[in-house]
Amino acid sequence: MPPTVKVVRRPEGVRTSYLRATLKGMALTFKHMVNPNKVTLQYPEERPDLSPRWRGTHRMEVHADGRPKCVACGLCPTVCPSNCIRLVGGEDDQGNRYPIVYEIDEFRCIFCGMCQEVCPVEAIHVGVHFENAEYTRDRFVYDLDRLMEQDHPTALLWDPSDPRSE
Amino acid sequence: MNEQTLFLIEKSIIVLVVFFGVMLVVALTTLVERRVAGFIQDRYGPNRVGPFGILQPAADGLKNFLKEETMPAAAAQPYFWLGPVISLAPALVTFAVVPFAAPLPIGESYVMQMIVADVPIGILYILALSSLGVYGIVMGGWASNNKFSFLGGLRASAQMVSYEVALGLAVVVVLLMAGNVTLTEMVWQQQQLHLWFAFPISLAFILFVISAFAETSRMPFDMPEAESELVGGFHTEYSGMKYAMYPMGEYSHMLTSSALMATLFFGGWDIPFWTGDNAFLFDGGWISGFTEAGVAIPAELAWWKTLLTFGAFAAKTYFFVIFYIWVRWTVPRFRYDQIMQLGWKVMLPVALAYVMVVAATILTLDQLGVPYGLGFGAVLTAVSAICTGFFLLVLDRGRTLFGAASGAHKRFRSETKAVSVTHGD
Repeated sequence: MPPTVKVVRRPEGVRTSYLRATLKGMALTFKHMVNPNKVTLQYPEERPDLSPRWRGTHRMEVHADGRPKCVACGLCPTVCPSNCIRLVGGEDDQGNRYPIVYEIDEFRCIFCGMCQEVCPVEAIHVGVHFENAEYTRDRFVYDLDRLMEQDHPTALLWDPSDPRSE
Repeated sequence: MNEQTLFLIEKSIIVLVVFFGVMLVVALTTLVERRVAGFIQDRYGPNRVGPFGILQPAADGLKNFLKEETMPAAAAQPYFWLGPVISLAPALVTFAVVPFAAPLPIGESYVMQMIVADVPIGILYILALSSLGVYGIVMGGWASNNKFSFLGGLRASAQMVSYEVALGLAVVVVLLMAGNVTLTEMVWQQQQLHLWFAFPISLAFILFVISAFAETSRMPFDMPEAESELVGGFHTEYSGMKYAMYPMGEYSHMLTSSALMATLFFGGWDIPFWTGDNAFLFDGGWISGFTEAGVAIPAELAWWKTLLTFGAFAAKTYFFVIFYIWVRWTVPRFRYDQIMQLGWKVMLPVALAYVMVVAATILTLDQLGVPYGLGFGAVLTAVSAICTGFFLLVLDRGRTLFGAASGAHKRFRSETKAVSVTHGD
């Protein structure tokens, strides 16, 4: 069947009532003018309620002794769709693997949160956080120390058994 | 001190007070416009600079001073410079003849009139000067050598000239009522009639408001600017302080025409339901009215009466300023041809006919010997109400203003039809 085009019929014989429409509009705008409920968020003083599943910039969990929890398994750079994680793993005397270099380019990151999902030791997380302003571009490549310093809350993973997080 | 020095001092004080007062209110109005716009759109508007954003106009002014002034290479320089000046100056100058409060007594014998210049040609002076404002816009638009500016200037000249006629005719009706062209006397006549002119000549008021909106090129008549069609219209090429003078001119124009609406139709500085504030210079003395026998009653002037009447004037004027803003953020812009249609096919003939009706009514009343007072006003109010009702009814039936869609059904038949679509290779 070929596609059809529906030509919408204009209302017939309708003349615009300019005056009544104007008065109606003025009443409406007046109602909004005196309405005390404004939609503006007075940002630095008032802060938005972020969803617990909000995915912002990353954060690396640390052990009690200050070492990163990361075991340099290489899953997050593998799963990362935008290839923004650079990981060089190493091994210490006891045979524990640890990251020598762990960098995330937050400009390349698409905040899908798959690094957090895939991490077997729950080391890398995306955070509930949005204030990322910097003065230079190179500050947006977060190195390991920077990631470990972050202290904002981490995002909740989506739970398939509770899809609406209730 | 002789009389001349005294006069000079008095007028200097009043000129300074009025000038800085108007500039201050104009600056404040730019803020009020943005705040009201915000409120209407459920926002707050600028509220960061100072309490309630009061210092925002100062910040804007500073910013405009620091901005680079660009000069288009192909602009006609002298006119490009003159444009903003010509649009701002007349709007400020017109305020000179508007009385803004009851006379202020100083000491035992001296009375200071609360008006810059009580010239006997009052309203003619206003009509002459306020139409000069359009030259600033036209000049700026044409001198910019930019097609959008040019279109804006072109529209400004056409629109403002057409509405000037209706504005003038609406004022003629006021003149018929007041029998004089001085604004102080118009206020006095409204006090004598015990009725503000907005009621006995209601249609003139409506015509005046519509024309004044067009004259100040505010929504829904902001054709010259039309930022969604013409980039910025006549001031596309302007920047820095030269640009800032155009909005300043627009807002002072708005303020002046609001003051005129208040003075011509809402009693100026008159406080309603109170005759104690009435004052008029009659035969060299200040009077507040006449007795039944026609003997003048001397007026009791007091500084607090001056203050109160100024409050009344300010409230009335600012109501109209707010009304301007309110309408701007409600009504969308007219199409250009609709503006011309409304101006020439509706406003002009209606104004002409209305002048005839009011003149005939006043003549009849005079012939019947009805005294100038409430009865006189009541008859005119009834006549005007009929005219206004008829005018609004015709306007509302949409015979004069209709959308582009109406009537389209006559030209196009609507149907559902099959369209063959060729797919790409």
